[in-house]
Amino acid sequence: MTNADQYGRGRDSRLAPADGFGRRDAAVLTTGLVRRFGATVAVDGIDLDVKRGEIYGFLGPNGAGKSTLIRMLCTLLRPTAGRATVAGYDVATQPQQVRVRIGAALQDAALDDRQTGRELLALQGRLYGLRPGEIRRRLDAVLDLVAIGDAIDCRIGTYSGGMKRRLDLAAALVHNPEVVFLDEPTTGLDPESRARVWAEVRRLNAALGITIFLTTQYLEEADALADRVGIINRGRVVAEGTPSALKRRFGADRIVADIEGAHADNAATGEMLRHLDAVTSVAVEEGRVVVTTDDGPAALGPVATALAGTGVGVRSITLRTPTLDDVFLELTESRIEVDA
Amino acid sequence: MSPADSSRIHGRAAGFGRDVRSVAGRALRQIPREPASVLPAIFVPAFFYTVNLGALENLAHGAHGFSYKAFLLPMAIAFAVTGMSRAQMLVTDIQTGYFDRLCMTPIRRLALLLGLMTADVVVIVALCIPVLAIGAGVGVRFVTGAPGILAFIGFSALWGLVFTGLPYAVALRTGSPAAVSSSFVLFFPLFFLSDAVVPKQVLTGWFSDIATYNPITYLLAALRALISGGWQTRALLEGGAALAGIGVVSMTLALLALRGRVARSA
Repeated sequence: MTNADQYGRGRDSRLAPADGFGRRDAAVLTTGLVRRFGATVAVDGIDLDVKRGEIYGFLGPNGAGKSTLIRMLCTLLRPTAGRATVAGYDVATQPQQVRVRIGAALQDAALDDRQTGRELLALQGRLYGLRPGEIRRRLDAVLDLVAIGDAIDCRIGTYSGGMKRRLDLAAALVHNPEVVFLDEPTTGLDPESRARVWAEVRRLNAALGITIFLTTQYLEEADALADRVGIINRGRVVAEGTPSALKRRFGADRIVADIEGAHADNAATGEMLRHLDAVTSVAVEEGRVVVTTDDGPAALGPVATALAGTGVGVRSITLRTPTLDDVFLELTESRIEVDA
Repeated sequence: MSPADSSRIHGRAAGFGRDVRSVAGRALRQIPREPASVLPAIFVPAFFYTVNLGALENLAHGAHGFSYKAFLLPMAIAFAVTGMSRAQMLVTDIQTGYFDRLCMTPIRRLALLLGLMTADVVVIVALCIPVLAIGAGVGVRFVTGAPGILAFIGFSALWGLVFTGLPYAVALRTGSPAAVSSSFVLFFPLFFLSDAVVPKQVLTGWFSDIATYNPITYLLAALRALISGGWQTRALLEGGAALAGIGVVSMTLALLALRGRVARSA
């Protein structure tokens, strides 16, 4: 069998969809994906369907199974059970076809400090079969994207953490992959570097149509970047959807009123508010009333009016919409631990 | 195609030969940047050659009437080329995750190892030159002429190559720089329980018996034949067989370790 037969792009040997698996419109498709390490189940039956051109955020606490999943999808780890295709190819039976179509920046920037940035990218290009002219053109393109500047000709050992992350991203892009896996790409970066990586991710997706599969422990990162979010806990996907849908589904709007002094009749105030439209629950505490509602903007006015009608002195009243943090807390019973 | 059109360029498998050359090229580029990785391989053989020559030449010469300088030169070569590998570089790649990055490319897994070994052979051949220059400087001449010198270098390169298997096996199995450094120690008993320093005829009984079964003895004999014995078929065949035997064991260990490392089941 020739190389072209085995790995070439001219001949499309993607899994035939006859068995209902490996659809061409799916960038990442998994069903019942399991990975065990001895008695430990790191990934426990994950089903995913990430569309081409999507930015998919995979969110979970440390040890939830995010990196194990990424390593399986990147062909570094064989699944114990279940199936997965990336760019239409099976990660277990067609790993070479997967490899030419993916790029990955794993959790720690996997670079060789002894090479210069340019040498590393050129080597990456050679290993992906690019000819010298193609490597030059691709380097021009990715270097423009990740903005490393003149440092590209310096040894990688002299780079800052942010520069290493960006070079790592550039290395993932040299061969123009269809799907890019980013495993916690901004962990440990300062806010400026983080914002730059976010901008690059958006640009890659918007300008080049690259599918981005992103794991993160930063809720705001998933909220800002991802078209859809999957939340993983103890190896299982416990929720999936757009950030706004997840917030609607698992979080509720809260109207919080700070009141003057202790109100004489907490029970009556609570009872009155509870009868308002869209209010689902009321908690009256010392100096504070918290109203939970499915539609915060609609309920805000009636709640303020009702409080005024009871003679309660309202110092401030705020509407708090749910965040992914609330969703995460609800689903995993833990808050994300942020390193930086 | 302009740079703007580079988005039409896509990755593909490079081919085994190109994979090997790419890995070897990267390894060779590092050597001038880290001269400390090869300088001991020049200094140590020069030191042992000089010291042993100074200490034993009169004794050895008086007993056998042959050139001890020529007899000892293969020992210097052995010190230069044995254990000369990029295994520490491989360990660093494993520890930093760069090995994983390479494994995510369509590179053939065997090329990850053969590329490094190819670089080793280039380095080993280069290291033969200063050792041969030292020999020439003290008057050692090859009775087999220029073809014999080339055969000597080729044999030395194969010697060095077959001994790289062990450090690579340790590197791939353990990912530990300390373990790789320690693996070199295994060479010493093998080396000194041979006729590396004095002719086999003057070794004591038990030592001579061990040397008879030690493959190093036959490797050294083949090199000595090329210097001072001529094209001795038997010596060269025995040396070749010893190389093959060591090579089969060490390369099997290295390939098994590579398979384990990239098995995607760890």
